[in-house]
Amino acid sequence: MTAFAAALGRELRLAIREPGEAAAAVMFFVLATMLFPFGVGPEANLLARIAAGVLWVAALLAAMLSLERLFLGDYEDGSFEILALAPLPLSLIVGAKMLAHWLTTCIPLIVATPLMAVLLDLDTGGYFALVAAMALGTPTISLVGGVGAALTLGARRGGMLLSVLVLPLLIPVLIFGAGAVDAALAGHAVRQQLMVLAAMFLAASALCPWAAAAAVRQALE
Amino acid sequence: MFPTGQPWNKSAGAVSRVGPANARFAVNRPDTHPAIRFSGRALACVRGDRAVFSGLDFALDAGEVLTLTGPNGSGKSSLLRTMAGLLPPVSGAIEWEGANIAEDREAHAARLHYVGHLDAVKLALTVAENLRFWSAVRPDGGDIQPALEQFGISALADLPARFLSAGQRRRLALARIAVSKAPLWLLDEPTVALDSEGIAAVHAAIRNHCAEGGSCVVSTNAPLDLPDAKGLDLVRHGMGAGGRA
Repeated sequence: MTAFAAALGRELRLAIREPGEAAAAVMFFVLATMLFPFGVGPEANLLARIAAGVLWVAALLAAMLSLERLFLGDYEDGSFEILALAPLPLSLIVGAKMLAHWLTTCIPLIVATPLMAVLLDLDTGGYFALVAAMALGTPTISLVGGVGAALTLGARRGGMLLSVLVLPLLIPVLIFGAGAVDAALAGHAVRQQLMVLAAMFLAASALCPWAAAAAVRQALE
Repeated sequence: MFPTGQPWNKSAGAVSRVGPANARFAVNRPDTHPAIRFSGRALACVRGDRAVFSGLDFALDAGEVLTLTGPNGSGKSSLLRTMAGLLPPVSGAIEWEGANIAEDREAHAARLHYVGHLDAVKLALTVAENLRFWSAVRPDGGDIQPALEQFGISALADLPARFLSAGQRRRLALARIAVSKAPLWLLDEPTVALDSEGIAAVHAAIRNHCAEGGSCVVSTNAPLDLPDAKGLDLVRHGMGAGGRA
């Protein structure tokens, strides 16, 4: 457990020393969302109708942008060779990096989401569902995206490959995440959607660190 | 000393083929014939469809140094990575005290330190933060101060690694092997970029390690100041120089 804490602390320290990575994802999210009122016109009804979907898609793409670098630094500077030879499960280290990605990239996205929802004139009834769905859905993005990032290590144009690989797998998160907001706006209970998102998160947290660790080992050969 | 339960054995055969004829050495019989501590049999390596070496054997005992020599591309780094377990051999097997290292990867990882070509240094972290992390991932990781002093970088402890020279970064990478104990060191050209003082520190560290009963495999292109070292020339096993296919 001390190794997990040390790995997490190292990632967070690196994120604080070099804040560009996380800031770039949030900037992308904000800019992409801001373009929609210009693109589809300032009609409030239309914007409010598409707000949940726009925010989810923008968050997903922003996370993809940052996931590309998740394992690349440690792969290129040789840290992964040493970590793979440390007497502890590599999945532990990989899991710490995924958690750090969620803390440094997804939490700022979750914080920015209600602000951007105001811009898109989302009905006040949808805010709780939106933020709750984001909080439950974004860890799945970090976990599944981490597997993709590990699989594309060593590949040229890995970022493109990562999106092709991972985005189809994250469609359920998108459907239930946006669905939760729609349900809330229609006056239905959002419990079902949130529980499905939670279930996807739990399944991903059980499988993804091991899959990503195996992919990293493969990349080191 | 390392808790290996094996007596020192400096008299074991020189590095050569520990083929089937010598297979009794692979069995752990401490009374009559102490097992060769670390050995490989009939190893072959293929990189990118090209056979790098084949039919390679090595044997190493407690307190011994094995130096790997050979021209660029002869497979020194690949052999070290195979010994570390990063790269599974295409054929053959590597054994530690009679047990194949592929059977328990974590146990093998716990007994070795590997220093590759890459320094594994995070530029945004300070020297001390870098080293403290590598100490934390080993269960017996100790205080970093003696390791920093051993490689002459204690004055740089609070400096971000971004400002280190190539040689200082190399010293930091080498200090990693001094923060925790491991009976087997695998060093890939450890003296690259080092000045004479740094090279002397590496030699002293290796000699000290062996005096305590450790084993060490070093790949090198520069002559090492280690008179007792056994040598393994990879050109004899290479595909371009009449090695077995």
